Amino acid sequence: MYKNTLVCGAALACLVPSSFVMAQGNMSPAISLVLQGQYADFSQDPEAYELPGFMLGGEAGLHAAGFGLGHGELVMSSTIDDLYFGKLTLAIADHEGETEVELEEAYIETLGLGSGFTIKAGRYFSSLGYLNSQHIHAWDFVDAPLVYRALFGNQLIDDGLQLRWLAPTDLFFQVGLEAGRGERFPAGGAAKDGNGSLTAFAEIGGDVGDSHSWQAGFSHWSADVVGRASGSHAHGGGTEIPTFTGDSDVSAIDMVWKWAPKGNVSERNLTLQFEYFLRNEKGSVDMVGSTSLETTTYDGEQRGWYGQAVYQFMHGWSAGLRYDRLDADNLGSDQEVLAEAGLDNEGHTPQRTSIMIDYARSEFSLIRLQFNRDESYEHSDNQIFVQYVVSMGAHGAHQF
Amino acid sequence: MRKFKLMIVGLLLLAVLPVHAGLQVFACEPEWAALSSAIGGDKVSVYSATTAYQDVHRIQARPSLIAKVRKADLVICSGAELEAAWLPLLLRRAANPKVQPGKPGYLMAAMQVERLDVHQAVDRSMGDVHGAGNPHVHLDPKRMMIIAEALAQRLVEIDSGNTEFYQQQLLRFMQQWGDAIHKWEQQAAPLKGVEVVVHHKDWRYLLDWLGMKEVATLEPKPGLPPKAGHLSKLKQQMAEQPASMILYANYQNKRPAVWLAEQTAIATVELPYTVGGSEAATDLIPLYDEIISRLLAALE
Repeated sequence: MYKNTLVCGAALACLVPSSFVMAQGNMSPAISLVLQGQYADFSQDPEAYELPGFMLGGEAGLHAAGFGLGHGELVMSSTIDDLYFGKLTLAIADHEGETEVELEEAYIETLGLGSGFTIKAGRYFSSLGYLNSQHIHAWDFVDAPLVYRALFGNQLIDDGLQLRWLAPTDLFFQVGLEAGRGERFPAGGAAKDGNGSLTAFAEIGGDVGDSHSWQAGFSHWSADVVGRASGSHAHGGGTEIPTFTGDSDVSAIDMVWKWAPKGNVSERNLTLQFEYFLRNEKGSVDMVGSTSLETTTYDGEQRGWYGQAVYQFMHGWSAGLRYDRLDADNLGSDQEVLAEAGLDNEGHTPQRTSIMIDYARSEFSLIRLQFNRDESYEHSDNQIFVQYVVSMGAHGAHQF
Repeated sequence: MRKFKLMIVGLLLLAVLPVHAGLQVFACEPEWAALSSAIGGDKVSVYSATTAYQDVHRIQARPSLIAKVRKADLVICSGAELEAAWLPLLLRRAANPKVQPGKPGYLMAAMQVERLDVHQAVDRSMGDVHGAGNPHVHLDPKRMMIIAEALAQRLVEIDSGNTEFYQQQLLRFMQQWGDAIHKWEQQAAPLKGVEVVVHHKDWRYLLDWLGMKEVATLEPKPGLPPKAGHLSKLKQQMAEQPASMILYANYQNKRPAVWLAEQTAIATVELPYTVGGSEAATDLIPLYDEIISRLLAALE
């Protein structure tokens, strides 16, 4: 298509220097590297963190206190031929002194299949909710909303197949289905022969004049969960691992509203964002590793929402405010086992208020200062973060 | 769930029904919308993704744009990476086979002409530089003629039933445009050799055409906002060798230009960057008329 592509196609050697060209269209594949790091300060011990009423998993823990590295990401993407696009994201992070490389995304997607259909296959961020399909480095705050931390261990990722359809209307209207393996948290066990989770989503959106645009979504996720182990629970200290088996359903509503004077985001713009999640789970919780197997039936209802506003008040400078709230109402035949599993809400309603300010020298670098008043559990925690996020290489896409 | 299924089936039926009234053209910028209307006439229905008041580098792939690309028969954009952050994503999300790269419905205007400032290797420390060259080609009327031809060819390819119509429209456009160029070049003769400071390298092709000289930019690097340190250096530079005017586009923050003007007594000129950028710039010819008359006014 472009000259560079042709030249590079002929001489493989030029892939290396040209890999840091600025645009996706200019080379194959587009490569980008994201680096993140932070300094964190807590008034409580971050190791003692918990969310009463929720079995935590995935990457639900807090950052370590002091200096630390965030997720590094290596992203490669390219059109494969005229019908497919492919993308790979490797997340590189340190966990307790060991460097772990995780395959965060690895998918192929059709390009212009026709009649508005797109098929995606592989490992991808689920289209449940709004924030879920965005990379961590694109978030407006250092940490995930509490409800994402509590329900998904920060982000819902699955291996599977997504089919979506875009209506031929002026109003943006899209519906989609995802069939997933259901092995990763908060599913587990890859039930039904590796076909354990199902997502349905619908999104609508549009513009109001030149200055406003919006999107709203409704989504539902369900999974047959077999042996979902909860990793991050602080109580007990022994080797007993609370494990859930049963049905899990999550319903979500999300709304995003963006404003910029005459649609020109360069100087000033405002984004309002709201998401609500409701999870129902039915099944049993076993304390795996207990001497005489402790078990209870489990009927849980968990809700959570957050609302946030981020305002760019001058070129490069943004300020944001976020409020999080969770609520759990869990029943079971054995209250003691539920409590041991972290499913007793201890009469507490987790909530958190965050404020942040960030400075972007260019589109490719960001420094952020954030303060959280975190009331996740009975001890209120004052948290301060200073974070940097930079990206090198191919220009990232401006997702809405 | 049952209702949900019914809804999906209903919408699938909608998808099969023909919804087209004329050729649907999705233009990334107002200049290409204007050119499409000029060549396509009443055979096309044109939508512009951006207005003259938006910085096209910074657009998001918002839902309304995805919906429009879904229905487009032709997508016409500047290309040369100007829309690199949003157009590829729009094309992927819109799932429209007619407008994917390589298809007749995908036309990148800047890639039809020779571009200035093409870089073999780009480095981010240079700022937001486009390796494929400066993409702001619509401000050179001669390049516009080549692009108009390419566009007419594409329209013929997509909608061959109206071949004759598009050819006539092109001929008419070329005649009008040729006359206009002749007029502009006569009017703009006094601008030759005039030295200017610009906010961003938006005016690269315009200045090249008119023989004007860009001696400095308010942005320290392309895409980075003007900073106090850089501006005071410019003040010094202007004290030693004053330029004739400071140019900024209608969508840009005018404060840096105004500050430098106050410090140096050099005139500022706000120029409409594209169609719709000023009250008079309602189409391509009035846009050029307006730009040239504002430059001439500043010279006096």
